[in-house]
Amino acid sequence: MNTPGSPTEGAFERDPHPDADPRRTQNQEPHPAHQGGQSHHDPLGGQAARMWGAGMGRRDGAAVDAPGGPDGGKPRRRGGRRRRGDPNAVVPDAEFRSYYGRPVLKRPVWTHDIAYYLFSGGLAAGSSMLALVADARGDATARRNLRLTSLTAVGASAYFLIIDLGKPERFYNMLRVAKVTSPMSVGTWILTGFGPLCGAAAVFEGAVLLPQRGVWGLARTLARPAASVAGAGAALFAPLLATYTAVLFADTAVPSWHEPYRELPFVFAGSALASGAGAGMLLSPVAQAVPARRAAVLGATLELVAAHRMENEHGLVSEPFRIGRPGKFLRAARALTAAGAVGAVLGRRSRVVSAAAGACLLTGSFLTRMAVFEAGITSVEDPKYVVVPQRERVAARDAAAATASA
Amino acid sequence: MVPRTVAPNSFAGRLDDPAANAGYEAPPPRKGFFTDTSVCIGCKACEVACKEWNMVPEDGIDLLGMSYDNTGGLGADSWRAVAFIEQSRPIGRGTPAFDGTTTGGSSDALQQDVVAAGIDVFEEASRLGTALPGGTPIADAAAAATGASGGCGCGSGGGGCGSAPAAAAATTTTAAPASEQFLGMPGMLAPAPLPDREGRQDVRWLMMSNVCKHCTHAACLDVCPTGALFRTEFGTVVVQQDVCNGCGYCVSACPYGVIDKREGDGRAWKCTLCYDRLGNDETPACAKACPTESIQYGDLDELRERAEARRQQLHDVGVTEARLYGEDPDDGVGGDGAFFLLLDEPEVYGLPPDPVVTTRDLPSMYKHMAVAAGAMVLGALVSGLGRRS
Repeated sequence: MNTPGSPTEGAFERDPHPDADPRRTQNQEPHPAHQGGQSHHDPLGGQAARMWGAGMGRRDGAAVDAPGGPDGGKPRRRGGRRRRGDPNAVVPDAEFRSYYGRPVLKRPVWTHDIAYYLFSGGLAAGSSMLALVADARGDATARRNLRLTSLTAVGASAYFLIIDLGKPERFYNMLRVAKVTSPMSVGTWILTGFGPLCGAAAVFEGAVLLPQRGVWGLARTLARPAASVAGAGAALFAPLLATYTAVLFADTAVPSWHEPYRELPFVFAGSALASGAGAGMLLSPVAQAVPARRAAVLGATLELVAAHRMENEHGLVSEPFRIGRPGKFLRAARALTAAGAVGAVLGRRSRVVSAAAGACLLTGSFLTRMAVFEAGITSVEDPKYVVVPQRERVAARDAAAATASA
Repeated sequence: MVPRTVAPNSFAGRLDDPAANAGYEAPPPRKGFFTDTSVCIGCKACEVACKEWNMVPEDGIDLLGMSYDNTGGLGADSWRAVAFIEQSRPIGRGTPAFDGTTTGGSSDALQQDVVAAGIDVFEEASRLGTALPGGTPIADAAAAATGASGGCGCGSGGGGCGSAPAAAAATTTTAAPASEQFLGMPGMLAPAPLPDREGRQDVRWLMMSNVCKHCTHAACLDVCPTGALFRTEFGTVVVQQDVCNGCGYCVSACPYGVIDKREGDGRAWKCTLCYDRLGNDETPACAKACPTESIQYGDLDELRERAEARRQQLHDVGVTEARLYGEDPDDGVGGDGAFFLLLDEPEVYGLPPDPVVTTRDLPSMYKHMAVAAGAMVLGALVSGLGRRS
């Protein structure tokens, strides 16, 4: 009757005669059809009692072990609740009811391409802002490399965004409306402004390859100021590009994306600045990396503080940031970002230390984005992140109403 | 491109006419569904009718191994989905009287009354039906009739108790002629006890035909970056498939987990409330096919009145767990165009207990974004300070 290792055993198996004998009572001999490992747990005969035995549809908590179950007496992990985490934890796992443990919300259809885009978009924004700073200070190598980084990153962003569409060939439909209520539409227009300016600034860097005389020489002369204007324009869009993605994620029903909507823009702003600074430190001589090192410390601090709040201030909805894959990503991101900030301070004279710190910051920023992406997925896969906070909200409202009427 | 002033409560809060708010001049009355789960029999005619009319593709022949629901929920290829919940609850507050004795627990004895009395569950259900006032719990009728007859009441309802010893010896003479109620379905008797005199029972089945809620404040519509999702003149929310580019934003935005991206197609699909039928003054396919009037279609205002009357009626006969879901125009989504009468908490049916349109917080999100963007600018400025070394 029980096939070891079969995860659906028990609850799935149908009774061949569920209503064969309605007079059968709990203490009578089991019907021959019911003689099996679970018959004494199964007074009603049929699927109902098995599902009850598996903890489904029950209000009061732990699943009842089905003796002789395939997992040798371990509590079943089916049904509305799953036990996980520290068995000695003082605070018990939240109790809640659900429809056979199925998610309430749809899993986001966005793939990891969107997580990569969060990083590449932030990198494009951060590096174009620092390119403007380098331009103003006359740090030519830093400026050129940051502009090229920005162009590469924004190109990658467009690629990730378009291939993630269900109908990539219809990507231009984004441009048929401008909707403030859709952060994706807002972001489309930010990217539409940023992309060409960022691209122009980077392409004009190539003017140094032109001959110095004649018409080409004129173009070469004009390219410098044109690049500065384009770069300044791109830097104007950059902070919006870096932060709108936070609104993009927060403006969803996904609990771990929506609830931290106050912190998420700061996490992404800090992360973007830190990654741009990381690119600057990695690709510039130390003398030209002074702004990048400062931006690294500022960006990393902002990112770490905001992420700490995101990770701790939202009760149950903060939990996905601490457990499983997103938890691992976020812990690694924190270590790398902190290391990068320290390296930025210590690496004033060493190109190697400076470059290593830059690499740490870039990786840290990438992992932060991955952690946020994955935490949202985790928070829709388990219905407790949807049901429990909403139940608490209802309870608080009812309590307030009761107090008001009393 | 006529600029319009944005009315208050366009994003959240009470909004009585979403079609007018969307720019329709003198729109028809808002249409919707009232799904009364207390009379749903789980026949799935709505699912089939929806698929037929809307040419929704097959969504995988799966056995989910959890209940008689093998659709599993709404999705791109399931615009109606019948949830099926089998609940087992201990009788009363503890162990039934006489439990452990040879006579068995008291609940079993009471259950047998219903079978032995020849109660016709269809008859009883029709007394509590969708429109008739009054009605008594089945168990009361059973108690009154026990001993008076030995007929098998479910003879007309199919094989529900056909193999019971009491029924095997019984005649059908005392069963009320119930041919009008007979729906050709298998027996209504659950494989478990029926309600006892006090309405308590060991097992009950809950069935609910789920559907897109057509929210007053629809997050899917708000966040759609192409304008593929739009508000119709009937106040419903529909995807224009020739515009949708499959960005998937609506999927994450829906607080009910309704809309989804269709595999192999890439675009987002959901219930249209049969927009094409509505335009021809026809009832949507699912409501048309529903054999028990569990799915009721009409003007939303009228449906809300009808639903409240039904809830009151059920409370009057002791079904105090009956509650409406999604009917309140002051809730987090401004009320649903498709709302429900439930017999348990919403999460038991897979519905969120307190959904809120995510766009409600959008102004605050943009403010925080602006401050964060400002912090970035400040950070870059501070970084660039000082003379070049």
